[in-house]
Amino acid sequence: MRQGRLPLIISFLLPPLVLYGVFVLSPYLQAFQISTTDWLGYSAQADPVGLANFRTLLHDGYVWNALQNNAILLAVVPVLTIALGLFFATMLAMGGRKGRAGVHGVRGTAVYRLVYFFPQVLSVVIIALLWKELYNPRSGLLNGALGALGLPTPAWLGDPRFAFWCVLAVMVWSNVGFYVVLFGAAMQAIPRDIYEAVLLDGASRTVMLRKITIPLLWDTVQVAWIYLAIAALDGFILVQLMTNGGPNFSSDVIGNRMYDTAFGSETKFGYASAIGVVMFFLTLSVAVLALRAARRDRIEYS
Amino acid sequence: MNRRDILRRTATAGLLATPAAGLLAGCATAGGGDKKDGDTYQGKKSEQNPLGVKEDAPLEVVIFNGGFGEEYAKAHEAMYQEKYPKAEIKHSATQEISKTLQPRFVDGTPPDVVNNSGAGQIDFNGLVSQNAIADLGELLAAPSLDIPGKTVKDTLLPGTVEVGSYDGTFLVMNYTYTVYGIWHSTKLFADRGWQYAKTWDDHIALCKQIKAAGIAPWTYAGLHPRYMSWPLISTAIKFGGPEVALAIDNLEPNAWKSDAMKSAADAWHQIVKDKYILDGSPGLDHKQSQTAWCQGKAAFISCGSWLESEQADVTPDGFNMTVQPTPSLGSGDKLPFEAVRGTAGEPFMVPAKAKNVAGGLEFFRTMLSRKGAQDFTRKVASLTVVQGATEGVELPYGLNTVVKALDASGANGFNWVYNNYYRKLERNLVDAACGEFFSGRIGPAEFLDQCQRGADSIAQDSSVKKYKRAA
Repeated sequence: MRQGRLPLIISFLLPPLVLYGVFVLSPYLQAFQISTTDWLGYSAQADPVGLANFRTLLHDGYVWNALQNNAILLAVVPVLTIALGLFFATMLAMGGRKGRAGVHGVRGTAVYRLVYFFPQVLSVVIIALLWKELYNPRSGLLNGALGALGLPTPAWLGDPRFAFWCVLAVMVWSNVGFYVVLFGAAMQAIPRDIYEAVLLDGASRTVMLRKITIPLLWDTVQVAWIYLAIAALDGFILVQLMTNGGPNFSSDVIGNRMYDTAFGSETKFGYASAIGVVMFFLTLSVAVLALRAARRDRIEYS
Repeated sequence: MNRRDILRRTATAGLLATPAAGLLAGCATAGGGDKKDGDTYQGKKSEQNPLGVKEDAPLEVVIFNGGFGEEYAKAHEAMYQEKYPKAEIKHSATQEISKTLQPRFVDGTPPDVVNNSGAGQIDFNGLVSQNAIADLGELLAAPSLDIPGKTVKDTLLPGTVEVGSYDGTFLVMNYTYTVYGIWHSTKLFADRGWQYAKTWDDHIALCKQIKAAGIAPWTYAGLHPRYMSWPLISTAIKFGGPEVALAIDNLEPNAWKSDAMKSAADAWHQIVKDKYILDGSPGLDHKQSQTAWCQGKAAFISCGSWLESEQADVTPDGFNMTVQPTPSLGSGDKLPFEAVRGTAGEPFMVPAKAKNVAGGLEFFRTMLSRKGAQDFTRKVASLTVVQGATEGVELPYGLNTVVKALDASGANGFNWVYNNYYRKLERNLVDAACGEFFSGRIGPAEFLDQCQRGADSIAQDSSVKKYKRAA
């Protein structure tokens, strides 16, 4: 067996490692190099300019505006998504009442699970177009309902007061389903007898959630937090398709700025790479911080 | 396409670039002197073959698959094939020109003909400043394929060469001729007894009448509000003369705050103030707003002459859309009411590093032949830049009004090109300002301020190449 192991390891590890190196690592490294040039993307000529791109970036109001929006996404999206995800997962796993003993989900749990997962099955592009129509101020579902109730009908994506929050809502909506399933699966792993014990002690459902479920799910929540934080620093697809950063840059995000700089209204690939490098470090720091902040002792069931 | 994809593609493209950049460090700065390798196809020039096409050289054509589709290009390719049966033609169509072709430009293996258009268009400023586009001068001097006694240049509508020229070099062949104006439904106006107004005061009075009849006078593409910058700037040019556009194109200081622009912005502010714009318009995209207009929810919309074919599937029978020039501000206008913005659009180019440059130019010559142009007009209901190519072709209702508007405008026609020179200025900066202005969040003075700030930011950006035009 021993002799056979090395070739096996190599044959399993090498191809993915090479692929990873060629298609992930080297482009990332390349981006660093490009970010120090004035490359315009359509010729082989790229003159090194040192850190000039980063200096420009420091004074680029549009980049700062985009970063500010990403900061709001970072603060709001994970909290909202995890809170909603936990709430729904709890309801599905133990929200049922009916006065019966033990822990049950609400009626129709299976159906809800399926429905919540729908957005996850749809491509993000479809989600963006779907919601764009929903927000249509004239024939959209939203204003249709508001109008029927006699309420004011804003222009949603056309109004800088709402556009960004409209996109944010879609981001939460499209993510919640996945975390309901994730948290739900983690809850299955929590031994039932713990719940039955606290129920006997007369704990309410909120106490159960706060004192039992969340501490025991902490690992999963932490992972969710990191995923969502990284997603919040992105937000590119939804923004690009729904508002393209508008109106008047009110819903711009850093990914959209980078795209626009390279492929959109300009061809400044050097500068766009500099934005990419900044994004890379931001994402990395956020991931590390999220890991640190959420670190707790692991609880093992035995 | 997500962020990581883009980063990866950007970077992979760079990966291709770097070894080349190292090797070509000397050559690249010498202005592409590395072209004379055996890879390019060049035939013998003769009277029959003025561009020197190598008859068996393959030709690769990339078409933007947008409002015009790709069938017209296939027809042009068939015409080329007829003349050069040994040439193998590779045709492809995409909506994402920049993303698809960027690596190939870097790699030095671009296609021979590129229809650089649409939302994924490559910024021409970047292409021109990197010498990535071939000079089309030879094409202009070549004899027309089927209009005897004329060079290709002689057959083009006025302004075609100017729009495609950068610092005097003709680099971009814009194939269609587009008129920008204000559109309305002849049927709606006839039913209600309305008359299109020729002066701004009358226009406002008409708007009042239309609103009283329960129809919104205006709608616009709120998510692409630059559509509304067209009539506004047109109003200013008709009031102050073509110098207004010249100053804007040449990024002259305070060009956006000229008296003419101020008068025009003040005038247009009226339709915002008096709420003559369809509710919710700021949240509609171009297609949604145009559809609302086709459904009779609004009377006027600003658009180019592609509107008719873009809306073909939702326009009710007998709608009869008509284009009209912007109303005159008053009797002091420098240009008459009939003056309209007409320009060559739908850009085609031959990359400088294409293998078959001569073939690319010949393909353009085929497109610009009378036969090629008529076929295009028949297929996609749009004018071409070839003079008189509509003769004998039956035009749809809207396009007929376009031809009439052009005829009436004659030598008074005008245009601007800052959107070609500096894509970002129109697409991002003026666009954002228009959004604020036409939704009523800012007034005319702030609107012009914001446009001017945008123009100044481009003027001060040393990494953007600047172009000037004389007239």
